[in-house]
Amino acid sequence: MTDTILRMRGITKTFPGVRALSDVNLEVLRGEIHAICGENGAGKSTLMKVLSGVYPHGDYEGEITFDGEPCQFAGIRDSEHRGIVIIHQELALAPNLSIAENIFLGNEMAKRGLIDWNRTNAAAADLLRRVGLAENPVTHVLDLGVGKQQLVEIAKALSKEVSLLILDEPTAALNDEDSAHLLDLLRGLRDEGITCVIISHKLNEVLAIADRVTILRDGKTITTLPSEGLTENKIISGMVGRDLDHRFPPHEPTIGEEILRIEDWTVHSPTQHGRLLVRNANLNLRRGEIVGLAGLMGAGRTELAMSIFGRAYGTGISGRIFKDGKEIKLRSVREAIDHGIAYATEDRKRYGLNLIEDIKRNVSAAALGKLARRGWVDDNEEYKVASEYRASMNIKAPSVASVVGKLSGGNQQKVVLSKWIFTDPDVLILDEPTRGIDVGAKYEIYTIINRLADEGKAVLVISSELPELLGLCDRIYTLSAGRITGEVPRAEATQEGLMTLMTAGQEAPR
Amino acid sequence: MSLAPTNADLAVGKTPGAPDSGAGGRRGIQINLRQSGIYIAFALIVVLFTILTNGDLLAPQNIHNIIVQNSYILVLAIGMILVIIAGHIDLSVGSIVAASGAFAAVLMVDNNVPWPLAVLITLVFGAAIGAWQGYWVAYFGIPAFIVTLAGMLLFRAVTLMILGNRGIGPFPEGVRTLSNGFTDGYLGNIALGPLGGADLVSVLVGLASVAGIVVVQWRARRGRQSYGQAVDPLPMFVAKIAVAAAVVMFVIVQLARYHNLPWVLVLLAALVLGYTVLSNKSVFGRQIYAVGGNLQAATLSGVKVKSVIFWIFVNMGVLSALAGIIFAGRLNQANPTAGNAFELDAIAAAFIGGAAVQGGVGKVVGAITGGLIMGVINNGMSLVGAQSEQVMLVKGAVLLAAVAFDVWTKRRAGASR
Repeated sequence: MTDTILRMRGITKTFPGVRALSDVNLEVLRGEIHAICGENGAGKSTLMKVLSGVYPHGDYEGEITFDGEPCQFAGIRDSEHRGIVIIHQELALAPNLSIAENIFLGNEMAKRGLIDWNRTNAAAADLLRRVGLAENPVTHVLDLGVGKQQLVEIAKALSKEVSLLILDEPTAALNDEDSAHLLDLLRGLRDEGITCVIISHKLNEVLAIADRVTILRDGKTITTLPSEGLTENKIISGMVGRDLDHRFPPHEPTIGEEILRIEDWTVHSPTQHGRLLVRNANLNLRRGEIVGLAGLMGAGRTELAMSIFGRAYGTGISGRIFKDGKEIKLRSVREAIDHGIAYATEDRKRYGLNLIEDIKRNVSAAALGKLARRGWVDDNEEYKVASEYRASMNIKAPSVASVVGKLSGGNQQKVVLSKWIFTDPDVLILDEPTRGIDVGAKYEIYTIINRLADEGKAVLVISSELPELLGLCDRIYTLSAGRITGEVPRAEATQEGLMTLMTAGQEAPR
Repeated sequence: MSLAPTNADLAVGKTPGAPDSGAGGRRGIQINLRQSGIYIAFALIVVLFTILTNGDLLAPQNIHNIIVQNSYILVLAIGMILVIIAGHIDLSVGSIVAASGAFAAVLMVDNNVPWPLAVLITLVFGAAIGAWQGYWVAYFGIPAFIVTLAGMLLFRAVTLMILGNRGIGPFPEGVRTLSNGFTDGYLGNIALGPLGGADLVSVLVGLASVAGIVVVQWRARRGRQSYGQAVDPLPMFVAKIAVAAAVVMFVIVQLARYHNLPWVLVLLAALVLGYTVLSNKSVFGRQIYAVGGNLQAATLSGVKVKSVIFWIFVNMGVLSALAGIIFAGRLNQANPTAGNAFELDAIAAAFIGGAAVQGGVGKVVGAITGGLIMGVINNGMSLVGAQSEQVMLVKGAVLLAAVAFDVWTKRRAGASR
């Protein structure tokens, strides 16, 4: 019984000055998993917001038919009544409430205005069993990891008698194990008759789970294909409109002498007493070298990087740092910057940028001293410097006075990189430098990283995407449960080999 | 409802290196409206009350009254805007005003310390109070709301301990001159035709200020042009300068017709100028915006965040002490109830002047304008004989409307994704 559960016809949505969707068509069959792929800004999220009523009827053109009936949703509540539930990329759970309270938030099981807690918790426990989450329903959500929180979101959706479940980048923040569990769960839901629409950047996942794939580009539907016989490269060429023979720019490294060496580095958790985040790590970087750091989520990659960067994270840090053969002490971020070390964060919006300020003030933020004489900033010089970076990094913005919060992810990342390059570092630590940015911008970022290495800097790239590390790095360290478990030269590195090292010794006692 | 995030990319397809056209087209005009809304609102309020009072609002003596009556609030507003830009708040300034007035009175009146020295010691006293609060906020990590709420009680208690239930006065001549007095008319008067006589020194100071504005603005414009930056078209530039010059000359001529320049105006002008430059052009000032805009990003950019916050509160303490001296000098008495609810006026001035509740946004000149808007409403309404509850009603409404306008324009500009 392959009938169409959802049909969106001729959807056009314009924002002042921009046409985000133009004449988009989407057909989803009952009981399938349907993936939507597209670069950032292609209109995927906008389309899902139209479907779920975030943009109410009348705010867009075109028609939606769900379960054979035309729909004119005035808001999310309307669409949820019809069994359409959307789970956003940023989870919308209240951390201080219990799992059960979160599941039934806004939908409480009440008798005469008073909540029936026994019934609530029992129903929650049933739902948790369905999603395969072995937790007590009264556990607070803040005590759960991201992967488990994602499952709570799905349990919440199931509580609403969902018939069409929309997931926006559900595995973006999950490690491979949690991702695999989530994908299994979606397959199980499909067998129960729940239709899923999944938006994902991870094309291998899309191929693994989806029955059909719709590709969007620049607000238009390009095509819908069955996933059988589809390859990542075919999807990518549909997304970008060109064949990407080379996802990584070619690079011939010229590697010089050692510039940074970390010895016996140990970091304790600032929140959980006695827990080690990094244990006895040793690593070194050489001039002109791009070094990768691979590890599953929670392996301590970011913690290792930030603790080196002037003890910006962690307590009880011990170990030694040598720069150019001499031991240095980095007690604050300022000292780290002064010693020529830069750290570009994995979360640029929260930790990397002042989103309400313009490009030039963000570019200058970490090295304002270079633009100042006796404590006074020369803002003409600042403008000039920022304009030079706008040109050399190809930051797409009308001017360096443009507010950073309005730029796309790729352009924001270029601003972050400009900021750190302006500090004139010898060592750059780039934490997930291409997270959440589209394929074209990724290529540009890779080119910039190669250029930095060619200038004789050492670059340490932390990434969750193994193909990215394999395509970019000259040497790769693997980190597992806080330990360096391997050091692999590019020529010998394979995804399988790295993954084995990344999961080695995971059962070590805490 | 909101602009798509990619709008900035698509709006103007420019070649790199070409000068920016920030002020071009409808978009530019809208941005200008948002930024200058507060000044337009101020102008409209002044016009409104000028009409309602048959011109009494702008009479020479009344302009003097508005400045002198609001001077201490404006001094507090300068400190408060910096605190708010950094993402904090200070509820204790009213109590610090009272405590420093009392402290200064004990020094000058009870112990006969020479007044310039006593003023200096009082400012250090204010700095110490600010350091106390800054320590708890910056280094101990208690929200400023709580620390300064405690401070509001603590320093009122200190005031009462110093003063008991009495007032101390009178203050030395020097302090009274600072808060209430006038500069000397060294050169006598000058006849200004139908306007009558006016103090020549004041008029010359006014002309010098206008000349200063022209020179500084022209040089800034030339500097920006030499770096290929966008500047206002020349007619616009001239018009802006002409308006600024006209306002300055009008106020100064009116003051000169009444009497000479009030000392407190000279002091205020110096503070506004100094703090504007500090907030725009100093490394420290930039770091205040960085801390308020994104605390974590500032920390990871090597800004010594704790030290910045600490010094913001020290600065607030010093300015509160200065306001305390001015207020006590104006009343000629240190009073246990002095400064009551001043914190609310200073906070309102900052928010009416365009500060954002989340921090990271605001201007010294904006806070001053916000303070003057409330001052003109106070003054204008009392001139037309309104009751104090009516004045309160209007001020509350203006505060709410100003912030609502700010939120509305922000939403329209599509800051949300």
